[in-house]
Amino acid sequence: MNKETMKPEERQALVELLYQLADDDFILSFRGSEWLGLAPHIEEDVAFSSINQDMMGHASMYFRLLEELGEGDSDSIAHLRKPEQFRNAIILEEVNGPGTYLEKPDYDWAFAVVRNYFYAVAKQIRLESLRICSYEPLREAAKKILMEQYYHLMHWELWFKQLVTSTDEAKKRMTDAIQKVWKDFGGVLTLGPYYADIVKANLIEDEALLKKRWMNKMEAVFKEVGLDFPGAPRMERGNGRKGEHTSDLEGALSTLSEVYRANPAAGW
Amino acid sequence: MATMTLQEKILFKLQDVKDPEIASISIVDLGMVHEVKVDGSRVTVSVLPTFVGCPALHIIERDIENAIISIDEVEDVKVDFVYTPQWTSDRISPEGRERLKEFGIAPPPLDHVMGEPWSIECPYCGSPYVTMENIFGPTACRCILYCKSCKNPFEAMKPVLNLD
Ligand SMILES: [Zn+2]
Repeated sequence: MNKETMKPEERQALVELLYQLADDDFILSFRGSEWLGLAPHIEEDVAFSSINQDMMGHASMYFRLLEELGEGDSDSIAHLRKPEQFRNAIILEEVNGPGTYLEKPDYDWAFAVVRNYFYAVAKQIRLESLRICSYEPLREAAKKILMEQYYHLMHWELWFKQLVTSTDEAKKRMTDAIQKVWKDFGGVLTLGPYYADIVKANLIEDEALLKKRWMNKMEAVFKEVGLDFPGAPRMERGNGRKGEHTSDLEGALSTLSEVYRANPAAGW
Repeated sequence: MATMTLQEKILFKLQDVKDPEIASISIVDLGMVHEVKVDGSRVTVSVLPTFVGCPALHIIERDIENAIISIDEVEDVKVDFVYTPQWTSDRISPEGRERLKEFGIAPPPLDHVMGEPWSIECPYCGSPYVTMENIFGPTACRCILYCKSCKNPFEAMKPVLNLD
């Protein structure tokens, strides 16, 4: 399938999927970047900012694919949309913890590890499925991203397994974070209202299959580290794929786009 | 020089375009130049980015344009970043591997299989007794190691290979 021959419903499905992929990486890498200088140690600061830079690169690659499909130029796609036009899952927009980057940040490292690890597993599964995507530019982008993602997954898996099998306090903080993330992680695992069209256009495999793969992987990891597996994750606060979001997204977007809105021609 | 074709002149010029983050190595030796197309006085260079979010791409694009436009026969230069084929770390030339070492960066392991442990030699003393300090380094494509023999910290290029 290509730009010229695709049917309108196929184009719509492709655009929806691209916004989901882009916005998930975009928002989570922004939340990650707020950790700069605050990570538990200097080596982690280097690693985490490198991962965030990669992820922001992945988002901009998807934005460029959207630009090619006539969605406007990639900078304005990233910076000028309203919150309800974003398609990221709600759990990825959530603040890192109380306080802000500039004022008394009291961020929760357990939450950062759990959210990023669960996301890295889901992203890996999604990208592997995209390797047989019917739209070639997305298929090629996924292959490229997968090579980098490999290191991200390795990184977060190491943190997750080490902390969850560490001291009682670490274990307690990790299980609290798991419970918190579990309430909304279902939002990452859905393809949203256009799901049927997305699957019909052979862009990615069925969401039930992708979700099953994620659950199987998680169940095996939980077993390995001696945790009870909580079953399917939920989507309590709404479906980001439908444009439902919390005020945390508005906060993130106003910070992210401050420079661009002030002067769209600024080079940075 | 008079016997050089335009294509050869362009490749020669591209040897002067260095990776902004590793000043000793050219983009040709890094394996980033995929194709040079010449159509009369118009030149198109397809470049394979090493990492998707590499912030040096704009600089590389500008440096390529400046290098090639300086050739008399050339009137127009276009740089395309393409992702097919994909850049992999085994595209770095033997010359490039030596240049990396001079810069204190170990070249990526040859014959590496993703998922297997790497074997990396210290770029200063050649010792294989090294430990990984941080798989993420100062740039997306590098990691940080420590040599137990000569007690120097050093960097290495990450192996980046197709996972098929
Ligand atoms: Zn050494």
